[in-house]
This record gives sequence, C-alpha cells and structure tokens, in this order.
Amino acid sequence: MWTIGLGHYLFVSAVLFTFGVFGIFVNRKNVIVILMCVELMLLAVNINLVAFSAYQGNVVGQIFAMLVLTVAAAEAAIGLAILVVYFRNRGTIEVEDISAMKG
Amino acid sequence: MVLQALAFYLFAAVTIASGAMVVVSRNPVYSVLFLILAFFNAAGLFVLIGAEFVAMILVIVYVGAVAVLFLFVVMMLDINLAKIREGFREFLPVGTAIAIVLIVEMLWAVGVIGTRSPTVEAFNKAGPHVATIDNTRAIGQLLYTQYFYLFQVAGAVLLVAMIGAIVLTLRSRPGVRRQKVGEQLYRSKADAISVVKVPSRGGV
Repeated sequence: MWTIGLGHYLFVSAVLFTFGVFGIFVNRKNVIVILMCVELMLLAVNINLVAFSAYQGNVVGQIFAMLVLTVAAAEAAIGLAILVVYFRNRGTIEVEDISAMKG
Repeated sequence: MVLQALAFYLFAAVTIASGAMVVVSRNPVYSVLFLILAFFNAAGLFVLIGAEFVAMILVIVYVGAVAVLFLFVVMMLDINLAKIREGFREFLPVGTAIAIVLIVEMLWAVGVIGTRSPTVEAFNKAGPHVATIDNTRAIGQLLYTQYFYLFQVAGAVLLVAMIGAIVLTLRSRPGVRRQKVGEQLYRSKADAISVVKVPSRGGV
C-alpha cells in the first residue's frame, strides 16, 4: 500500500487511456473533445514511457516521451487549424457532416 | 515513504478524475480546463518518479501552449452546446462496453489484475532507479549525442506543423484595403510624379 511500484503508474496510465478511448466513442459529434481525448491518450502513453524509464534507470524512455509530446503538439495545432477552416466553411463542427470528401 | 505514497495517490486520483471530467463535461470550455488539471497532476506524477525535465516540459508545452490553443479555438467557434451533446446517450452502452473490455485487457496485460506479471513484479521489488546525475543532464547527454538526428526531425515536424497551420487558416478576404509594401517599394519616379507644363492663365 505505501510502496509505490511500477504497477501503480501502469494502472493510472491504463485508466487514462481507457477514458480517452471512451470519450472518442461517446462524443461522436464534438471534434474538439475528440482531439482532447487523443491528447489524454497521448498523456497516458507518456506516463507509461516515463514510468518504465524511471524503473529501468534508462533515460531513453523520457526522450521518447518528449518526442511524443512534440508530435502531440503538432497534431493539436494542425487538427485545430483544420477545425477552424471547417467551421469557417460549414458553420458547424459535427463529425457526422465531415463526409464531403468521400468519393 | 508514506508522504510520497500519499502524494502519488493524490496526483493519480486527481489525474484520473479530471480525465473523466474531460470526457463527460457538458461544456467544451470545462473540458479544456479539466485537461489542464490532468496535465498538471501528471506533471506531479512525473516529478514524484524523478523525471523533472519531462514534467516541466509537460507544464510548459501542454498547459502553456496546447491547452491555451484549445481554449482559444473553443471560445472562437460558436458551438451549439445542445446539439453537440446529441448521441451521448445513444453511444454510451457501446462506449462503456469497449472501455471495460479495454481496461480489463490492459490491466491483465500489465499484471495489475489476474496473474502477476513477473517483469512488473521485479520492477516493483527493485523500486525506482536512483539516478546518479541530474535528470536534465542525463537527458541532454543522450539527446544531443545518440538521438541528435531524432531531435532534429522533431524540430522539422514542428516547423512543418507550424507552416501547415498558418497555410490552413490564412485567408484573403476580398475588399479589404491593406498596405502593399512591395508595390510601395517598387514605385518609381516615372509613375509617381509627372511634370506638367501649365500654360499661363489656362489651368491644368
């Protein structure tokens, strides 16, 4: 109970990841919340990487976490830019309307 | 030890609770604020485990940049809150079922429930590795040598993302008068002034 092991961190990470997946399934219309759920999942991945890195004494995991962070920031910027352009054109951000590019 | 454990449980509980609130809260603005709270507490977890540098990066990059970007976009778009919540009830059973399956699978895989994973048990017994040098120094020594190209590629990814975001959101509205610096600079004397011989008493 009072010694925090690797399993504790893995538990937190697994629960956060599950919330991210759950949010993507439940918020079918709200693209912003879906993007936030993706960020939540990436945070869970980061917790996993950093926890393993700390318990193994290997810093590479933290470097990977930083790279994941970089990609997450880029993804958020591009995703929100697409969202703004979409809203400007269509006046809504509902996911179900985003099928205009289907052949 | 007890203090550390209490801090861990506090950070972990707040992280998980705010992660849940991101998903279920009614207003996207609240979702963003809970996301910020989740990131802060995850940074606390990182500090506890000895990864200070990543924790500070998380606070600076996520709370300082990404979350504020989300907040800007949420407040800029005029969203119909009632309409955006449609389908929550409808997809709730499917979502819950998938979430339960996923969490059981993941916890089973890492050995939190069911048979204990020998790898995780060994790590648990050994405890977190005690670093001999600063976390930041250790990261720098590896990042600027062995992973230098990866670091450069990360910078390139950010540059491309920045250019992409600017190109996507840039728009030229018709009918807006704006300063055209190029045209001003390339103006020559010939098309700017003309010398007119004014006949006396005739006017121009």
